[in-house]
Amino acid sequence: MTDIKLHGFWYSPFTLRVKWTLKLKGIPYENIEEDRYNKSAQLLQYNPVYKRTPVLVHDGKPLCESMIIVEYIDEIWPQNPLLPTHSYHKALARFWVKYADDTFSAVASLVRSSNGEEQEKAIEKIWEHLKVVEDQCFGDGKNVFGGDTINIVDIAFGPLITLLVVLEDALGVKILDDEKFPHLHSWYNNFKDVPIIKENLPDQDKMVAFIKVFREKLIASS
Amino acid sequence: MADEVVLLDFWPSPFGMRIRIALAEKGIKYEYKEEDLRNKSPLLLQSNPVHKKIPVLIHNGKPICESLIVVQYIEDVWSNRNPLLPSDPYHRAQARFWADYVDKKVYDLGRKIWTSKGEEQEAAKKEFVEALKLLEEQLGDKTYFGGDNVGFVDIALVPFYTWFKAYETFGNFNIESECPKFIAWVKRCLQKESVSKSLPDPHKVYEFVVEIRKRIGIE
Repeated sequence: MTDIKLHGFWYSPFTLRVKWTLKLKGIPYENIEEDRYNKSAQLLQYNPVYKRTPVLVHDGKPLCESMIIVEYIDEIWPQNPLLPTHSYHKALARFWVKYADDTFSAVASLVRSSNGEEQEKAIEKIWEHLKVVEDQCFGDGKNVFGGDTINIVDIAFGPLITLLVVLEDALGVKILDDEKFPHLHSWYNNFKDVPIIKENLPDQDKMVAFIKVFREKLIASS
Repeated sequence: MADEVVLLDFWPSPFGMRIRIALAEKGIKYEYKEEDLRNKSPLLLQSNPVHKKIPVLIHNGKPICESLIVVQYIEDVWSNRNPLLPSDPYHRAQARFWADYVDKKVYDLGRKIWTSKGEEQEAAKKEFVEALKLLEEQLGDKTYFGGDNVGFVDIALVPFYTWFKAYETFGNFNIESECPKFIAWVKRCLQKESVSKSLPDPHKVYEFVVEIRKRIGIE
C-alpha cells in the first residue's frame, strides 16, 4: 500500500500544482498543512536545502520543487499523462513550464509591492510575460496548453493565473485583461471549469483575505 | 536518413558547454555555430524568439532551448548510449533537483562575485562556497554525481569550473582551499574526453571576463 503525504500550504500556487496532479490521477494522499511561520521539524528535515513547501513524501522518500514533483508523479502514475510522449513536444512543454516559473518572480514582486509605482512596475513586468505566452503559445495549430485534456503546461500556469485573479480582487487592478490576452483569458475560463480543477480551487474570498493580510505582514517587515 | 544537429553557442557560455558535453557523451556529430552576442544571427533570433539567447540546439530544423531541457532532450532521443540520467524515477527526480540547484545558485552567485565589490561581493563569496560545499556533500564518496560515469548533475555543474579563475581573481579567494573535494571531482571529470574537449581554457575565460568588465565599466 503506497504511502503518500503532501506537505503544503492551502494558499500556495506551488502546492496547488501538486494537489491538482494527484487529484487528476486519482492518487490518494494525506494532506499535511504546514504553517509558514512555524514549519514542522519534519518539513525542515525533508527539505533542508530550501526549507519550504511543497514536499511530497512517497513511501518515506521526500521530493521537493513543485514541477520536479509533478514530473515524478507523472512518471510513476501514467494515467492521465501530463507530459507528451514525443521528445520534441516534451522539450517544448518543459520550456513553457520553466517560463511559468520565471513568470512567478514577476508575480512575487506584485505581491510585495508597497506603493503605486512599485505596483505598476510589477504589473508591467507580468504583462510582458503574459504577452509572450499569448503570442507564442496559441493559434496556428499550436497546442502548448491542453485542449480537451489537462497537460503539464496547464498545471504549471493554472495556479499562477488563479493567483493573478486573486490579486486583481485584492488590489483592485486589472491584470488578465481579455482584450490584451484573449487566448490566455479564454484558456483560463475553460480550465477553471474542468471539474477536477473547479472542485480543487482554493476559495476566492478566503484567498483574497489571506493575500491582504500576507501583504500587510510582508510590507511591515521590509 | 542522417540527423542534422546544429548547436548555436558562445564559447565561454557554461550553458553551451553543458550541451557540448552531452553531445560528446552520446557521440553525436553536430555543426557548431559561434554566435556574436552583440550581433545575433537571424537564425538565433528565429530559433529562440522568447529569450533570444544561446545555447540553442537545432535538430532536423527544430529548435530546442534552455540547456538542461536540451540535455534531457538529447537523453530522450539518443537513449541507446551512455545514459545521462538515472533510470529510477526517484533518483531521476533527485538529479533534476540538484541540476536545478546549480542553475539557481552557481551562475548568479558567480556573476555577483565578478561584478560586485565590498559587502555584496563578500556575501556572494560566502554563499557561493556554501553552495559548493553542499554539492560536495551530495557527491559524497562517488566518483561522479552520476555514479560511475558523468551524469546530469556533473554536466550541469562542471562547466562553471572554467569561470573559477575569474571568480578567484576578482573575488580574491581560493576555491580549492575551501572546497578540495569539489576540485578533485572537477579533475576527474576533466580526465574524460567528452568533458575536456568541450570546455575552454579557464585562462581564456578569465581574459574574456577582464574584457567584459572593462566594457561594462567595472573598476
